[in-house]
Amino acid sequence: MAYDKFKILNSSAVPLNIDNVDTDQIIPARFLKATERIGFGDNLFRDWRYKSDGSPVESFPLNNKKYTGKILVAGKNFGCGSSREHAVWAIYDKGFRVVVSSFFADIFKNNCLNIGVLPIQVTESFLLEIFSRIEKDPDSVFEVNLENQEFIIAESGKKEKFKISVYKKSNMSNGFDDIDYLLNKKKEISKFANKSRY
Amino acid sequence: MTKTLFDKVWDSHVIEKINDGPDVLFIDRHFIHEVTSPVAFVGLKNRNLKVLYPERTFATADHNTPTINQHLPIKDRLSAIQVKTLEKNCNEHNIDFWGLGHKKNGIVHVIGPENGITQPGLTIVCGDSHTSTHGAFGAIAFGIGTSEVEMVFACQSIMQQKPMKMRINVNGKLNDYVTPKDVAIFIISKLSSSGATGYFVEYSGDVFEEMSMEGRMTVCNLSIEMGARGGMIAPDKKTFEYIKGREYAPKDEEWDKAVSYWSSLKTDKDAIFDKEYNFKGEEIEPMITYGTNPGMAIPISKSIPSSKKSDSKLSYQKALDYMGFNEGDKMIGKKIDYVFLGSCTNGRIEDFRTFASIIKGKRKANNVDAWLVPGSHKVLKSIKDEGILETLTESGFKLREPGCSACLAMNDDKIPKGKYAVSTTNRNFEGRQGPGARTLLASPLVAAATAITGQITDPREII
Ligand code: SF4
Repeated sequence: MAYDKFKILNSSAVPLNIDNVDTDQIIPARFLKATERIGFGDNLFRDWRYKSDGSPVESFPLNNKKYTGKILVAGKNFGCGSSREHAVWAIYDKGFRVVVSSFFADIFKNNCLNIGVLPIQVTESFLLEIFSRIEKDPDSVFEVNLENQEFIIAESGKKEKFKISVYKKSNMSNGFDDIDYLLNKKKEISKFANKSRY
Repeated sequence: MTKTLFDKVWDSHVIEKINDGPDVLFIDRHFIHEVTSPVAFVGLKNRNLKVLYPERTFATADHNTPTINQHLPIKDRLSAIQVKTLEKNCNEHNIDFWGLGHKKNGIVHVIGPENGITQPGLTIVCGDSHTSTHGAFGAIAFGIGTSEVEMVFACQSIMQQKPMKMRINVNGKLNDYVTPKDVAIFIISKLSSSGATGYFVEYSGDVFEEMSMEGRMTVCNLSIEMGARGGMIAPDKKTFEYIKGREYAPKDEEWDKAVSYWSSLKTDKDAIFDKEYNFKGEEIEPMITYGTNPGMAIPISKSIPSSKKSDSKLSYQKALDYMGFNEGDKMIGKKIDYVFLGSCTNGRIEDFRTFASIIKGKRKANNVDAWLVPGSHKVLKSIKDEGILETLTESGFKLREPGCSACLAMNDDKIPKGKYAVSTTNRNFEGRQGPGARTLLASPLVAAATAITGQITDPREII
């Protein structure tokens, strides 16, 4: 599915300072029953955001009105567990375009890139700086510059470079996905399909 | 150039290498189920595309299906729609669909191997992270997201960065009552739940060579729980014997050709790995988890450790609070409410044999609810044919019908809030087995011993 082009984003951020957040927390399995990709944002972090009677957990950052923005900043090993792309759909649907962490699970990272959420891996010390910046001032602005591959704390100008492959970068900035690319490879693919392996 | 087993299989499937980008990888087999496929089919429709090679795709309903009264219509409206949607999509695209009641129906990672679809040297994907299970046959098998499911439908290929390579050697002999599950949990506890992120793992050494095919599946299944994309084991005689004669296995002349090719799928002597670990079989004990990720595990006879430097204190404490445990608590003797035997990790016939070997002649504890869920209809049939069902019934256990069940609790099989479950599954995440459920991962032996006494029990002590 094609998505919006990504160039530069200036936004405040929502902090989630917890390590090893798994995809069952991002979107619990019981909300995976849809047959279309709609409405997943409502159940993002469902069991952390709401008590069992449905009332919101006031202390949870996503329920705290002082935190806003299109950037989610999370503790290390974010997105481990299941391959459910629903986890990223929920993040996207809730309005996030960037997830920052010091470490991402593999499949989760791929899923992000495939649907137009930019996963940015920073060092642990820089991650701490981002968290403490948000804590000082929840309205702090961060700049994400895809072209230069930089994540910048606007107030101090401190920045860190992040990695992304040339291919994925061009996909992100043009809003292309892999199927657009693969569809042009049908001939080579059919050669593979017809060849015997033994 | 010397190559690893992983290189050999991967490189032979690369259609194109993109400079500073992923490889375009040809996919031999694709498994689908009701939960992660519907949106991919919608994507196809929006692009006006058909499934390119439907004969390479196999479909089952397993994730949200009920495990009692499967002959009746599915009660849960959304689950029913999801399964119906899969059936309709399969019909439209000419894909073989093994729905509820079909004799080949079962958990996707159980039915692949048992029907001979899983073979050495193949690339296998599925919208489910435990696709790593199929690596037990020397295949490259890994979980993918729904966008990638759509890619495989449309183009029988996906784009993937080649992972780094890790080898884990376990040599020597396993102690009695130490199962493949314990070996895997032991490794994860050493490497942590993110210790193999970015890697594809090859398991080698005496312990894996000695292991049955089903045991190897359990080990490869759990690779994802330390962050690895997948795990694999070089195919050998045991692998060939397991595959031979199964429905989708090569036959006659093809069989001989296949075996000679499969026999070449081994890591070359001087091949280099990016990372390597060595463990001794003798140092492994029956294991159990105490926290909310599979890396938080200890030998069953030990006490809960204090937080390590590498964990953030806060996250560690959060996990223990969720579980209702404290640092220093002994695991043995903790009261348990539920025992779950099943899932693609431990829902095969050997697991049921193992479970039955412990409970035979004993009674299920009154305070324990036990859910025993076979991984497939074939497993269910063997349980009946081998007389295991009788043993179970005599000891006060009931058997359910096949499916994922409480492994991810998408159906009605949910462990209630705050209750403790010893589970043979793969994830002890918060709420994985139901909102508020507290999961302790362990082997079928530990599960059986615990079901008999009603508290966490070392299987070595109940014999
Ligand atoms: S049994 Fe559990 S881990 Fe395995 S496929 Fe089903 S839900 Fe996934």
